[in-house]
Amino acid sequence: MSSLTIIRGRVIDPANKIDRVTDLVIEGGRVTSLGDKSRPRTDRVIDASGCIICPGLIDPHVHFREPGQEEKETIATGAAAAVAGGFTSVCCMPNTEPAIDDDGRVDFIYHQAARAKQANVFPVGAVTKARAGRELAEIGLMAASGAVAFSDDGVAVASAGTMAKALTYIAMTGKVLMQHCEDPELGGGVMNAGSLASRLGLAGWPRVAEEVIIQRDILLNLHQNIGARYHVQHVSSGGSVELVRRARQDLFGQAHVTAEVSPHHLLLTEDDCASYDTHFKVNPPLRSRRDIEELLAGVRDGTITVLATDHAPHTQEEKELEFAAAPFGMIGLECALPLYIKALIESETIDWPTMISMMTVNPARLCSLTGKGTLTPGAHADVTIIDPKEKWTIDANEFKSKSRNCPFHGWKATGRAITTIVSGDVKLLRDPDRLKDQTDAHDRSKPTQHQPSQIVAQSLHDSKI
Amino acid sequence: MTAAKSDYRWPHKHLLGLEELSPEDIRFLLSTAYGFEQVSTRSVKKVPALRGKVVVNLFFEDSTRTRASFSLAASRLSADIFDFAATGSSVSKGESLRDTVRTIEAMGVDVIVCRHHLSGAAHQVAGSVNCSVINAGDGQHEHPTQGLLDIYTICRRLGLEGYDLSGVTVAIVGDVAHSRVARSNIHGLIKLGAHVVLVGPPTLLPQGFTELGCELSNDLDSVLPRVDVVNMLRVQFERIQSQAFPSVREYTHMFGLTTHRLTLAKPEVVVMHPGPLNRGIEIDSAVADGPNSAILSQVTNGLAIRMATLFLVTGAQGKGEG
Repeated sequence: MSSLTIIRGRVIDPANKIDRVTDLVIEGGRVTSLGDKSRPRTDRVIDASGCIICPGLIDPHVHFREPGQEEKETIATGAAAAVAGGFTSVCCMPNTEPAIDDDGRVDFIYHQAARAKQANVFPVGAVTKARAGRELAEIGLMAASGAVAFSDDGVAVASAGTMAKALTYIAMTGKVLMQHCEDPELGGGVMNAGSLASRLGLAGWPRVAEEVIIQRDILLNLHQNIGARYHVQHVSSGGSVELVRRARQDLFGQAHVTAEVSPHHLLLTEDDCASYDTHFKVNPPLRSRRDIEELLAGVRDGTITVLATDHAPHTQEEKELEFAAAPFGMIGLECALPLYIKALIESETIDWPTMISMMTVNPARLCSLTGKGTLTPGAHADVTIIDPKEKWTIDANEFKSKSRNCPFHGWKATGRAITTIVSGDVKLLRDPDRLKDQTDAHDRSKPTQHQPSQIVAQSLHDSKI
Repeated sequence: MTAAKSDYRWPHKHLLGLEELSPEDIRFLLSTAYGFEQVSTRSVKKVPALRGKVVVNLFFEDSTRTRASFSLAASRLSADIFDFAATGSSVSKGESLRDTVRTIEAMGVDVIVCRHHLSGAAHQVAGSVNCSVINAGDGQHEHPTQGLLDIYTICRRLGLEGYDLSGVTVAIVGDVAHSRVARSNIHGLIKLGAHVVLVGPPTLLPQGFTELGCELSNDLDSVLPRVDVVNMLRVQFERIQSQAFPSVREYTHMFGLTTHRLTLAKPEVVVMHPGPLNRGIEIDSAVADGPNSAILSQVTNGLAIRMATLFLVTGAQGKGEG
């Protein structure tokens, strides 16, 4: 864990309202200096000319399938995919087999993440036992073991009585309840309900199934006077955006109702399902161009404050099933950044600092990740360096993820994470020429070492565990 | 600790709850109980105060200790007492509560001691008969003699001669939502000046109790160091109709009074429990049986409280407003 200075980059740290070209110093796994002219000399220097230096990206919504479905993804491969995509921390959903619904399983996620030595992986605990929607899971014990949030993701907490109890109980922990908003009786279809679904002969999953849960939960929170923190996962419909917008102006204010949006809901529509390509089958389903516009409006006016991939790996065999039989979901960690750039920056919806805040400090606050999401001296040295101009082609076969179910395969992309640093360790370095070892340069009597390539080799080795 | 002002006159025909009593009423009853406490230490444990009166234990819900305590209290006052087990009687043949109690009263009864599994039953009984009614616990509403004996025990332990609880902080921990013991304690403690902290999972703490002046907390560890008394409620598995906390393990982890947790409290803290105990769940055996425990004193003091209650309600018969 040597010291490192990142120079000449455009530092964007939204939590501190910093956006300027300056230097960042990392020592002992912490940020020790930001923009300080009298910075100390460090062992190594990374030249970030032309690049953005920002707090490590945080994805509050991934599925790493372990335990139980390791053929799709493991915590190690998922965490390696995160690093490859520029993410230093992810929060994994508890819909594993068995579900993460007690403190021992929370510990297991931390153990596997520590063994993988890639990105930080934080467990989200189940709201109800076995995610069955009936009895509360051991929320207090899971929180004590480090569960960062609670969700039954994959399904909603459908019963109003159970949800009211869960909001009340989780409020005690100070953690957020993340809701997969889908009424099981109104939802349950395989694509957006509408004329296309009717033509294709596929069961519809209408917007109202999402909106009715959001509205109900907001009312429960308000009228029970709970003030629990409530987060809408993967919002898909324009109507949902309006419900969240109004709730954020309401009694408890912005801290208590938040929402996230995923890349696919910003870029793809139900029309992509027309050829029965299961790569476009996702829950909640792809909607319409109109919904995309309303989601973008929600991002622009600050209704939606968090970006999340909903990285959902599935095997090729499963995705080769019939559309109605194939599983929901697509992977996103390794292509999310350029997709957000395309959807949000290139469309001039928001600027870079706002987008970075939605991928760093906002998810860090959402999941109570102290010391993360910012570059304040003293913060964890999780840093991402982004080349906003790099042109590349998304190739799912190159992914570190175990799965390949990515509908963006073959897309032309602009912008990429070129370096990912976790707790001061360089986990990803796409361009070794940018890294200089100052100890060598200073002492010419020593034989030349190829420190950078060794680091990359170590990183590659770790990713294969 | 003797009788209050001589111009005070006990005004109640019934004892239905502590909510209806004034601070003066509570203090007068407690000081009356103090007088009766001495009876139990004599070789002849009997006074003739209620000779010729008839007390009936009308229990619609199972009870051992409360019924035994009322029976003993009545017999020490020389009253005649009989038990009417309302299960397995005409009640099970569909008789209404009103008809049952009017039938019993017609046999010449002076006091009905009523225990019922539904809230408000004692009030309905009192509205149906002319004799005195003592509520021995109605559903999730009140259990006034338990509240009184808890307060009496606190005053005796802390040496508070004037029954003034100003400056005393009492934590009531656990299933407040379903507890009639908690409600009676809250009313009585606050009337006598105590600060009451209700501690438990948020699903078992009614928010509305802040309106009575209670403080609510979900963090027992942070509350324990500043309390003088900790009253551990029983987890009433039979009353919790829908799951209110994830598991007994989690409950004990967060709200059980363990030996370790007791070290966070003041050395002289008074530990109470209305019984029966769920040992190892809300309270560790070592704590329940340890030097801080007042649990058996509560039982002993219950007798004096119930003697005082029987004595006062019968003395006021026909004079008070009920």
